[in-house]
Amino acid sequence: MPAAEQTERHPLVELQGVTKVYGSGTAAMRALRGVSLRIDEGEFVAVMGPSGSGKSTCMNILGCLDTPTEGRYLFKDVEVGSLTRNQRALLRRHHLGFVFQGFNLLNRTSALENVELPLIYRGVKLEERRSRAGNALALVGLAGWEYHTPGELSGGQQQRVAIARAIVTEPALLLADEPTGNLDTARSLEIMELLTSFNQDQGITIVMVTHEQTMAQFARRVVQFQDGLVVTDRVNGEVR
Amino acid sequence: MLINTFFLALREIRRNVLRSFLTILGIVIGVSAVIVMVTIGGGATAQVTEQIASLGSNLLMIRVGQHMGPGQTSAAPSFDLDDAQALFREIPAITAVAPSSSQKVTAVYGNANWSTAVTGIDNGFFTVRNWTVQAGRQFLDTELRSGKAVCVIGATVAKELFGQQNPLDSKMRLGNFSCQIIGLLEAKGQSTFGSDQDDLVLVPLRTFQRRISGNQDISLIQVSVAEGRSTDKAKSDIEYLLRERRHISGSENDNFQVRDLKEITKMLTGTTQILTTLLGAVAAVSLLVGGIGIMNIMLVSVTERTREIGIRLAIGALEREVLLQFLVEAVVLSSFGGLIGILLAVSASIGLTKMLNIPFIFNPGIMVIAFLFSAAVGVIFGFFPARKAARLDPIDALRHE
Ligand SMILES: Nc1ncnc2c1ncn2[C@@H]1O[C@H](COP(=O)(O)OP(=O)(O)OP(=O)(O)O)[C@@H](O)[C@H]1O
Ligand SMILES: [Mg+2]
Repeated sequence: MPAAEQTERHPLVELQGVTKVYGSGTAAMRALRGVSLRIDEGEFVAVMGPSGSGKSTCMNILGCLDTPTEGRYLFKDVEVGSLTRNQRALLRRHHLGFVFQGFNLLNRTSALENVELPLIYRGVKLEERRSRAGNALALVGLAGWEYHTPGELSGGQQQRVAIARAIVTEPALLLADEPTGNLDTARSLEIMELLTSFNQDQGITIVMVTHEQTMAQFARRVVQFQDGLVVTDRVNGEVR
Repeated sequence: MLINTFFLALREIRRNVLRSFLTILGIVIGVSAVIVMVTIGGGATAQVTEQIASLGSNLLMIRVGQHMGPGQTSAAPSFDLDDAQALFREIPAITAVAPSSSQKVTAVYGNANWSTAVTGIDNGFFTVRNWTVQAGRQFLDTELRSGKAVCVIGATVAKELFGQQNPLDSKMRLGNFSCQIIGLLEAKGQSTFGSDQDDLVLVPLRTFQRRISGNQDISLIQVSVAEGRSTDKAKSDIEYLLRERRHISGSENDNFQVRDLKEITKMLTGTTQILTTLLGAVAAVSLLVGGIGIMNIMLVSVTERTREIGIRLAIGALEREVLLQFLVEAVVLSSFGGLIGILLAVSASIGLTKMLNIPFIFNPGIMVIAFLFSAAVGVIFGFFPARKAARLDPIDALRHE
């Protein structure tokens, strides 16, 4: 890693010796076994690794949705473990955007209303909320699908609604767990272009889990997971 | 923020039409059942109470004959006017006495005729039985003494014979003589026992004896016992005096009977009250069933809603915002259901009381109780599962199966 580049930048999030154990006793499952990772403001990181290697677990911790068993998690130099539930909720509300591997959209709720939801909790007024949610849907290629509910949308379309919901607040950190997992190559490339422009034009830091080398090409840095550990962490040679 | 939460809650209600409808239905059924039952029970009790009052206070009825079993009385000599006067004279607790005799006759006016009972009385009858002359007057002393052909008629007789016409001063035929109508009784309606109290014609006792029965017999003496004096004591005094006057020796049974009508009616009131309690119990069960219905719906939707809560928390909702949303939802649904229940119950009660011919008594207390109970069920079972879910880590709420 070129040291010069790092000193110019400020760390946004930092994991220090994070472990995560599910269950206890003989049934205990060590999903993360001491992960240390620093991600600076403005980075675009791809996380790769085999299934079950702890990628989603790590993303959930970065997204303040789950708490580490051991180790520290710093968000802008603040230790997340020392925050109250409400403070963590406010952190999610104002600084984080999350695209879930399983979408997690509200059932029987239109695409537009789903995308509006984070803006409601931010206290954005109705008109502005509507137009911003509409724009976000248009960005992911879902103009004209505003009033369809998740049940009326394909998996790929639902995934794009989930992406729109994550980016509509223009968060400081966008965490995307396999955002192109359900999309065809053409759509995937479109989404990657979109994420790249977010990263470059608005300085949004992105951490993205992906299985596909093609998608990882869009990121500056690739972190490889295996058995709950980071095995390689390298800057992408062929940045586009 | 409050506005936002309210808005979110309304949106959830609208989104889950079936669930909202079922919740409301449970509350509507519970609330309206309780209110209707209690209103009907209350109306019935009020009616009985009112009828007891209309009977006259502390009324004792003295009849000839010995009660031998259902509907049977043994033959025995009648009373006469002296018996009635002696009772009044000798027993200080008696404030008014009304000797009477009656018989079925056909009353005729113009083309109309009506089969009714004619009763020979003196003016004590009005006092003892609490009758008010609504138009015209009671009998004059001269009319009573001379046995004049005059009469006072009840509302039913007036309606059947005269319709809308004013019967005062008209002459009508009673059996084989014609008499002038000098008074009209105020209507009392049905008695507690279901007979029409207004179906009667009153004539002076002497007139009755001369023109109808042809003898001096008196079959019934009714007396009023002074307020605050024991009717039981008066009853035994009457029995003692009459045994003496009728020469009944120590070992013989009475050949007359003294009945305290109030006792019977009080028993009836007791029955009505038991009925009201029973109705109340049935109503309470329906309230409970309604409550269980609400509870089920709320609990069944918890799985789905736990995921919803997880999503909201993950997106940045505070625990208290999520809770407020669920609380508002539950309160809005419950109050809405409660209001519909009350409206439904009031209209049903008005209809039913009209049909059953009992007074409609507005009872705000029971409405408040029924409403609060249903609202509490709705809020408790809507709110507590939500609270449990909102305290989870977002990821656990999202994984909830
Ligand atoms: N709630 C949980 N309870 C128990 N074990 C869990 C739980 N969540 C994850 N695990 C386990 O932790 C390990 C890491 O899971 P994780 O979801 O992080 O994998 P992943 O790298 O995201 O895999 P994939 O590529 O399939 O999404 C897996 O072996 C999984 O079985
Ligand atoms: Mg995963």
